Amino acid sequence: MILILLTLVFIILRVMPGDPVSAMLGGHAPEKVIEQKKEELGLNKPIALQYLDYVDQLLHFNLGNSMIFKQKVSKPIKEKLPATIELTLFGMLFTLLFGIFLGAYAASKRRTGRDIGIRLYANIVYCMPVYWMGLMLQLIFGVWLNWLPISGRTSARIMVSTFEKTGFYTIDTLLAGNFHAFGDVLLHLLLPSLTLGIVLSGIFVRLTRANMLDVLKSEYILSARARGIPERKIVYKHALKNAFIPILTMLGLQFALLLAGAILTELTFSWPGMGRLLMERIYLRDYPTIQGVIVVFALFVSLVSLIVDILYATIDPRVKY
Amino acid sequence: MSEKQNEIKASKYSTSQRVGRIFGWLIKANKKYGAEWWILVAGALIILFIAYTAIFPWTLAPYNPLDQNTGPQLMAPGPGHPFGTDNLSRDIFSRMIYGSRTILGVAIAAAILSSLIGIPLGLISGFIGGVFDRVFSLIMDSVYSFPGLILAIAFAAMLGPGVINITLAVSVVYIPTYFRLVRGQTLTIKEEVYVEAARAIGAKRSVILGKYIFPNVIATVVVIFSLNIADAIMTEAALSYIGLGLPAGIPDWGMDLSMGKKFLPSGTWWMITFPGVMIMTLALGFTMLGEGLSEILNPRLLER
Repeated sequence: MILILLTLVFIILRVMPGDPVSAMLGGHAPEKVIEQKKEELGLNKPIALQYLDYVDQLLHFNLGNSMIFKQKVSKPIKEKLPATIELTLFGMLFTLLFGIFLGAYAASKRRTGRDIGIRLYANIVYCMPVYWMGLMLQLIFGVWLNWLPISGRTSARIMVSTFEKTGFYTIDTLLAGNFHAFGDVLLHLLLPSLTLGIVLSGIFVRLTRANMLDVLKSEYILSARARGIPERKIVYKHALKNAFIPILTMLGLQFALLLAGAILTELTFSWPGMGRLLMERIYLRDYPTIQGVIVVFALFVSLVSLIVDILYATIDPRVKY
Repeated sequence: MSEKQNEIKASKYSTSQRVGRIFGWLIKANKKYGAEWWILVAGALIILFIAYTAIFPWTLAPYNPLDQNTGPQLMAPGPGHPFGTDNLSRDIFSRMIYGSRTILGVAIAAAILSSLIGIPLGLISGFIGGVFDRVFSLIMDSVYSFPGLILAIAFAAMLGPGVINITLAVSVVYIPTYFRLVRGQTLTIKEEVYVEAARAIGAKRSVILGKYIFPNVIATVVVIFSLNIADAIMTEAALSYIGLGLPAGIPDWGMDLSMGKKFLPSGTWWMITFPGVMIMTLALGFTMLGEGLSEILNPRLLER
């Protein structure tokens, strides 16, 4: 799957007009200089050979060198990836928190005003552009109320270099024991991840509700009720656990959506992650870096579906591999 | 006598009765399908309204959307400018109305384009099977599992700005949606008895595909088509929001939103509120239409 995507991206990038050499040297560079540069970068070879070279490099876990900057492609990716993962994980946390809780609640109060309200919320939120949600939250909490910062990962006065190790600032600050910086990082993380979480929660509300309705009809719930177990315990303990498997499947599938949302959120909140890297390098036509970013995204998606498969077995003891 | 007949004729076609009949029909439909029917109607109304603004924008817009002399810069909503003005003192209300044309056009064209490619491929792939099917399924699945927006970004960036280019970039992302749906349906329908009967009486493969399988697949496609337009709207808006969509000079909601982002710290709420609300409303309209249709046309398709 990764290879197919890679091939596709490779072809798109090479076939489409515009090349990095003229982007790098400007439109008026002499023919000879352009030729020389092309040879240096290996762009004068036939496309098939370029492709084989690239795949060969990849098999050795080498993403190649940037065409524009004198650096390895993996360097900026290594710097930016933790920021994106941190944002995505916190976004996912909010998504699941809102999605599953609201969905379960709506199912337990089926056909009441609250149920309809929650379903309406789910539908509206599902159709909401994630960046617009981000802008509105920025406007309300950042500009009008002035409670939360609206851009970046830390305030300017926090010295990142004093604690930076893994790139996950929440972990780094804790490791360094710098709780002031930890609070600052969390504050910066709050709005972007909330944005991502709210927008994607809609789909999970719908899914959880539908599954819970199915589960609540089953016989063991009836028997639990007959034994006089409190309704709240039935809903959130007995039923929710069994409604979880389809939700997990969906989580794996929706992860791609989460990543796309993360890119838009990054651009809205000036978050120095993979999305911004991708956009910057697209403008520079830095092929290897664009490919590198896409490879990493594809790896990420595959990895998540693997994790989901493993989680199945832990959640549902009937599933065996 | 003839006068009386005329009276009866006139009353038969009077407006009040006509409205009454429409209501009666709506209520009947309501009884038959329940709440889903109203979701469908609400979605259709939203789409009709926005389609009207897209087709006849000059009947509603007070200004030219590109006119930079409509009043003061960055004016808050007030008399004369119901949605305020932007940093180039263009009237935002007029821009919203003209912008619907761009987004609706691109989204519908992209959905049509991807269905035109995805449906035949899915039909043939599902019908023929074998290596052909496996190769195509693999390609489509890998594209499908990848974040669509990132793919669209890559395409749009390489193609450069322009209405046609953005349409192409959006449509590429949604080909697998149609392919997977149609292929799956074809695989099921292929085994039906009536297809076997057709084969038994010696119908050509093209006839089986065109006359027996295709009409049965198309019902499910209608629903997905509507939901797909909603997705395409979001993708188009996202692309133009990050500045990969359209050349300057074409009013577009996503672009207005990114413009508004620059003035956000100064608290110009009207520049971001209205484009976002419009994008959301339009997407909501198509989603509602799609969900209503799915409930009415084929209640088993989107159970979850």
